[in-house]
Amino acid sequence: VAVTVFQSAEALTTVQRRSGLRRAMQRKSVIAFLMTLPLILLVLIFVLYPALYSLHLATLNKSMERFVGFGNFEFLFRRETFWMVVKQSCIFAITAVVFKAVFGFVIAHFVHNIPSKGQRKWRGMLLVPWVIPPAMSCLAWLWLFDPSYSAFNWLLQKVAIGPVPWTGDAVWARCVIILVNIWIGAPFFMIMYLAALKSVPEQLYEAAAVDGANWWQRTWYVTLPMMRNIIAITALFSLIVTFANFDIVRILTAGGPIDQTHIFATWAFRVGIESGDIPLGASVSLFMLPILTIAAIFILRDINRRGNEA
Amino acid sequence: MTAVAVSSITSDRRARYQRSRSSISRDRAWALRWSYVFLILFAIVFLTPPAYMLITSLKTSAEISAATNPWWVYAPTLDNYAALLSSAQFLTFFRNSAVVSVLVVSITMLISVPAAFALSRMRFWGSASIATGVFLTYLVPETLLFLPLFKMFAVFNEYTGIELINRWWVLLFIYPTLTVPFCTWVMIGYFASIPRELDEAALIDGANYRQVVTRIFIPVALPGIIAAAIFAFTVSWAQFLYPLAFTTSADQLVLPVGIITSLIKGDVFNWGQIMTGALLGAAPPLVIYAFLMDYYIAGLTAGATKG
Repeated sequence: VAVTVFQSAEALTTVQRRSGLRRAMQRKSVIAFLMTLPLILLVLIFVLYPALYSLHLATLNKSMERFVGFGNFEFLFRRETFWMVVKQSCIFAITAVVFKAVFGFVIAHFVHNIPSKGQRKWRGMLLVPWVIPPAMSCLAWLWLFDPSYSAFNWLLQKVAIGPVPWTGDAVWARCVIILVNIWIGAPFFMIMYLAALKSVPEQLYEAAAVDGANWWQRTWYVTLPMMRNIIAITALFSLIVTFANFDIVRILTAGGPIDQTHIFATWAFRVGIESGDIPLGASVSLFMLPILTIAAIFILRDINRRGNEA
Repeated sequence: MTAVAVSSITSDRRARYQRSRSSISRDRAWALRWSYVFLILFAIVFLTPPAYMLITSLKTSAEISAATNPWWVYAPTLDNYAALLSSAQFLTFFRNSAVVSVLVVSITMLISVPAAFALSRMRFWGSASIATGVFLTYLVPETLLFLPLFKMFAVFNEYTGIELINRWWVLLFIYPTLTVPFCTWVMIGYFASIPRELDEAALIDGANYRQVVTRIFIPVALPGIIAAAIFAFTVSWAQFLYPLAFTTSADQLVLPVGIITSLIKGDVFNWGQIMTGALLGAAPPLVIYAFLMDYYIAGLTAGATKG
């Protein structure tokens, strides 16, 4: 009797345990966690781990056998090219973002000004630079700036301006890189600002007009404050993307002439992949982290604030 | 859309009303005229490179190197298109790109749709921080990760003997890191705008979560899902750094890298074919954009305006 009681008690607990497991499986939070699991694994394995791993890599020597501490960074600080890359990256990112924001704002206003029937067509046309893969459009720019067959130089020649060494001269090459970045990015700003302009209530403009505000005052006191959030978030987001840009510089100049147009990403590629010094390349790319972190903090603050408002 | 339409009607009416007051209406007319002038100027600047791609792609090599007007085609020819479309190498690049992009879109959707549903609908411990983390991941650029990933693949090869460098299918693991965070983020925002009562009603009627997602939720959320899928496709099609770093031999390359490495031989640029290849490479995103522009733009703006 005792044995059977024991057995049945055991059976009971296994049944309980199994149904407990099933209940756990049926629980909402467990299902939800399982649904997010692939996402979490992807981020852990292919984003978080490599990011931490690059911190480790940056402390190794070229053959990755010996720990050198901050040796790679000391080496970088002594090199003139490195400081050139720092300066070039900052100038490139800031100038490009400012111009993209200004052009995007202006174009968005023009599109917003015309009758809404035609807006779709113009918006569609003006977004094309953003839709074409950057590697493809940069090839077109490279050909337009070709040293011997530049189509722009052909036009300039007609008005008696000598051939411009678009990608051959460091200063011109830097301008060209910024120009191409503006060309690709301004449409994105335009779309964002256009969406923001549409969300400004018409009554505000009517009230401002009744108060006798002119166009400039309406822009400064109504449009800009209403759009502040989107302007900030678009600019910060674009700052991250521009600062970490690779395609444009790589295709247009590949860093040349004599390494004078490199930015962090292209120099890290040159050092890490082409020269085979992965730790040094990782150290170079790590210098992107501070500015990315600052921008990310501001974006996050902005998004949280908006979440609280909603 | 209705709000836009209504505001345009009221602004039309106002314009008609103000036409009586001559000075204001003259100002408006001038503003409109200047808007068109500048829009035309910007459109010319924005469309010059693609137009020049097309112009060059229709020229022979002789005409490209001739000293004639580069902005005009004197003897149009389709030779460049014929040459590329019959080149096995170019078709391999195109096929690799197409296969990678389509598979990455599928993988992205399989990962992000359930995750976005769980994160927006089924609050669980830590779900809010995961959503924030997903957004932060989206901000990590690929230029920060390609070197450690390169080394990780080499180490993986040492331990398991499986070669990952110079294999096109490795991109299937890497590209989702670029697409999944943004798609999940956009869809969290989109899903949150769908009334909760919809899926709660289905749950009360006895449906399980799988049925709720596949039968009720996905059909309603389709516009958001399409926008995310378009984003995933364009990102995978355009990605340049990862394939440049991880693949080298001609049969493993995707289109952007393939065009640059195979058509540029030393200092010899075959510009007619390069422009043709670039135009063909730009075509799939452009075609998708032309047909699904509203979804495309919705996906673009959703990342920052919603969420």
